[in-house]
Amino acid sequence: MEKTVLIEKLKVIIEPYIQDEDAFKNLTETTDFVKDLKINSANLVDIILDIEDAFDIRLENEDMEQMLNVKAAIEIVQSKQNSK
Amino acid sequence: MKNRVVVTGLGVVAPNGVGITNFSEALKKGTSGIEFYQELKDLNFSCQIGGIPKISEALKKQYFTDLQLRGFNSSGILYGCIAGIDAWKDAGLPTDNFEHYDPETGLIFGTGTSGVEKFREAIYQLDDKQVRRLGSTVVVQTMASGVSAYLSGMLGLGNQVTTNSSACSTGTEAIIMGYERIKAGKAKRMLVGSCSDHGPYVWGGFDAMRVCTYKHNDSPEQGSRPMSNSASGFVPGSGAGALLLEDLESALQRNAIIYAEVLGGDVNSGGQRNGGTLTAPNPEAVQRCIKNAIVNSGIKSHMVDAINGHLTATSKDGLEIENWSRALGRRGKDFPYVSATKSTIGHCLAAAGAIESVAAILQLKEQFLAPNINCEDLHPEILMLVDSEKIPKSFQPQGLDIIAKASFGFGDVNACVLFKRFIA
Repeated sequence: MEKTVLIEKLKVIIEPYIQDEDAFKNLTETTDFVKDLKINSANLVDIILDIEDAFDIRLENEDMEQMLNVKAAIEIVQSKQNSK
Repeated sequence: MKNRVVVTGLGVVAPNGVGITNFSEALKKGTSGIEFYQELKDLNFSCQIGGIPKISEALKKQYFTDLQLRGFNSSGILYGCIAGIDAWKDAGLPTDNFEHYDPETGLIFGTGTSGVEKFREAIYQLDDKQVRRLGSTVVVQTMASGVSAYLSGMLGLGNQVTTNSSACSTGTEAIIMGYERIKAGKAKRMLVGSCSDHGPYVWGGFDAMRVCTYKHNDSPEQGSRPMSNSASGFVPGSGAGALLLEDLESALQRNAIIYAEVLGGDVNSGGQRNGGTLTAPNPEAVQRCIKNAIVNSGIKSHMVDAINGHLTATSKDGLEIENWSRALGRRGKDFPYVSATKSTIGHCLAAAGAIESVAAILQLKEQFLAPNINCEDLHPEILMLVDSEKIPKSFQPQGLDIIAKASFGFGDVNACVLFKRFIA
């Protein structure tokens, strides 16, 4: 999946959890989920589950630990999709 | 007297009325909130009627964010938060305080169990070996203190924040605990109350014990019959009640509306001795609780104008009236007026004490006796102790100065609190 398409899909998933509208509007690859978007860290597991459903992949505990910003999320989703 | 405690805000989510205005109207009219539920019939319940407050999706959104409502399935927390926020706003306290928190205000909000339907969802997923897919919402909705956690976050409370649990005496106990904390000078304000989930997973255990009525599935509004000779068990209910308790000085400084004063109270247990069991009260302990509550309130028993009983519509109502009569040393025409709020809302379990205390305080503030419905045929045991005119069956304006509220719970636990009309 193309990166731009993937980012758009990701944005739809994370929007309900964000607490900083401005940071969300200006979202880039380096945007951090907790530091920039002010997402409650407890909600990160909910985002992971939503990503699993949306992309039909399974994310392991190690993937979750790394998935702290947009760039990492894209990389992990892409690698999972490629290995399917 | 140091640290007098008053009630400056009320909130209620009851089967017959959500919000103080609606509830007060239902109380005056004797409107029943008991309905037949097909789900209970489909599940083969003996008792297919119950009390469930009506909350629209639009109302939910006034109290919860879209994010909070994602995967939300805990009716007790829903009811508790609505009642708690309402009591807070009713007291004229700010709800737009997003930066600061208040170290002088705490919260004691009780429940019997939390989020049973959420827990059920989780158990199904877990047994399907999908524990990793539970998400973040199971713990906060199923922990007993979930309601306190949600409310304190919404309001920014920085004093003690906890949840008490003592079965059907929970709500009354929460009020007494909050009162004691203010009295001890440890907090200026305490938001207190209790909530209870609705539905088959909470009510099923009671249905199995055969303590709920099975005779009114076709006449739900007549089902809850406290003190009646034809009472045949309680009708399960649900909801929440909340009171904002405040140090009198603080209330006067804020120029707050004062509903009533909390004079004092007592909680105890009968130790499951002398007639007391897991499910039945030790009469001596009930009487001791009422007597101590009166002593702690600094009044005499003849000063009690009305009681709001536990009175559930089981075979124990007569024993309860006897306990009141012995504890107060009063009978016949000298017996205080009696309110059995459960006749209109059923037995709201852990929420009962809080909702019924709201009812008692409204009666003090507005000086009326609420009708007790479904007791045209008073039980002869009760009539031997109380003159029937002391059990109002219709609305009546009445000067009331002091109301005693008591609740009793499984585990042989008792709570009694006294409210006094406040005249500035």
